[in-house]
Amino acid sequence: MENYNAIELMICVAARLLENGATVGVGTGAPCAAAMLAQKLYAPELVVIFEGGGVAPLLPSMPISVGDSRTTWKALQATSMCEVMDACQRGMVDYTFLGGAQIDAYGNLNSTVAGDYRRPKVRFPGSGGANDFASFCWRTMVITQHDRRRFVTTLDFLTTPGYLTGPGAREAAGLPAGGGPYKVITDLAVMGYHQQSKRMQVESLHPGVTFEKVQENTGFEILCVPEIRETQRPQEAELQVLREQVDPYRYLIGR
Amino acid sequence: MSELKVGTGPLFMDPDPDAARAFFRTKSRAQTNKLMTVKQAVATLVKDGDYLASGGFGTNRIATALLHEVLRQRKRDLGFAGHTTTHDFQIMAAGNMDGERLLARVDISYIVGLEARGLSPHARRVMESGQVQVCEWSNYALACRFRAAMMGVPYLPVRSMLGTDTFEKSAARTVQCPFTGKKVAALPALYPDVALIHVHEADVYGNCRIRGVTIADYEVARAAKRVIITTERLISNDEIRSAPHLTVIPGFCVDAVCEVPFGSYPGNMAGEYFSDEEHLRLWLQAEKDEQAFAAFLQKYIYGVADFEEYLRLCGGMARMQKLQAIELMVPGEGE
Repeated sequence: MENYNAIELMICVAARLLENGATVGVGTGAPCAAAMLAQKLYAPELVVIFEGGGVAPLLPSMPISVGDSRTTWKALQATSMCEVMDACQRGMVDYTFLGGAQIDAYGNLNSTVAGDYRRPKVRFPGSGGANDFASFCWRTMVITQHDRRRFVTTLDFLTTPGYLTGPGAREAAGLPAGGGPYKVITDLAVMGYHQQSKRMQVESLHPGVTFEKVQENTGFEILCVPEIRETQRPQEAELQVLREQVDPYRYLIGR
Repeated sequence: MSELKVGTGPLFMDPDPDAARAFFRTKSRAQTNKLMTVKQAVATLVKDGDYLASGGFGTNRIATALLHEVLRQRKRDLGFAGHTTTHDFQIMAAGNMDGERLLARVDISYIVGLEARGLSPHARRVMESGQVQVCEWSNYALACRFRAAMMGVPYLPVRSMLGTDTFEKSAARTVQCPFTGKKVAALPALYPDVALIHVHEADVYGNCRIRGVTIADYEVARAAKRVIITTERLISNDEIRSAPHLTVIPGFCVDAVCEVPFGSYPGNMAGEYFSDEEHLRLWLQAEKDEQAFAAFLQKYIYGVADFEEYLRLCGGMARMQKLQAIELMVPGEGE
């Protein structure tokens, strides 16, 4: 029995991917927790940016909303959505970190509807700032649960761009050159994207998880790198900061 | 250059800048006392069929008192900018019940959800029923549509939404840049009929100060034809003039000023009070069952005379002070 749960592992792994001094636009929930953990452990000068206008706060606790007052606690700036997204659009923001949604092999995301658009089975919120962040930021990272309902061949609705239909498609559509999906962190594995085909590929498996299990839980054919590594377990220090400082009320990581 | 694309979503509002200029030519510039009650402001400035924009960010610095009053006065067939809307959308969607239709048209960038708190069951029922006409956008796209209107230009080019169904179900079009040849999304200017905005401080002429993030309210206040302000506090015109760099919205954009302390409750007001998560949970809980939700609305909105009575029902000053302590992170005052 491990001394951590799946969501704790996901947040710890995600936090390690953010380097000191980088700029990152984050969404609600796990992405925000990952950015906060990174800020406290490895990247004190990480510039965390929120779409509501919060720039570089020293997050005292996890925001409930990406526009709430925690997003400007001891921040460098409290500004507007336009200013934040303008900075992303002109190429100043390195990463974006987005939350769970339906995802396909090219890293495209659906957060708009389940089922038919006109009479949906479930109406979800829509793009919010996700489409803008993923269009503009250099590298898009996603944290989500890994199952066949989420990892699908065909999205019900393409809300937010990944690599669209494959190599060159983003640029052909008019999106800024050189951006796109970078990593997907799930409860089973860490995925990246194949350089030529732009399709999702497994890079590391979490302790105790096999590649077959990942494929079983993925609705499309998933690739893998030649030598799959094992994901490094959450360290004591990571878990301690996550539990005591990032999410002390255990909204995300559970009881 | 591949083929240029046309979004198939409906365009609810006329982006013509000359039509807007003709309106703004007639808008009063007079420095008059614009103080009125929430009831008066909504009765005189919001008409059935109008297109509304709600300021703030869902549960942050929203004009709750005005939104409740729109419900209480049973306005009908409104258009609405679903821009970063969470609890504000939940309130508006409550007007679509028992065959009544408050919302008829919605430009969507974020609706139905309350971020980490989950989805609103009632707002989902309304939006899944097909009774509301919709058009998709991203948050930045809607903010830029307000910015185009604020600037008085017919559209602005941006580089998001491209290649997605969000674009396909929007009313945007791709155009080719005349300088670089690049394909960009042209976003039509959006001039709302009425903006509902809550601020920290305003004088009686409508000069406003906002603390914390402005989200898209700088743009919305200038794009809208009519602007209703609720303010935590009234301040003097002398105070405004003593520090004009703090004015975020100039009075000549504003039609009405209502003093409403705790006017964003149960939302968060930066530096003043935190969101009331318990009350927001109560809303979500009540919405699960339509009859229970009708009773909830009768108790908290239709059955009260004004916002002050709602605040008293929600725990009054003791509750507000608790939320102030949380906002200010007073040691021992946990969330």
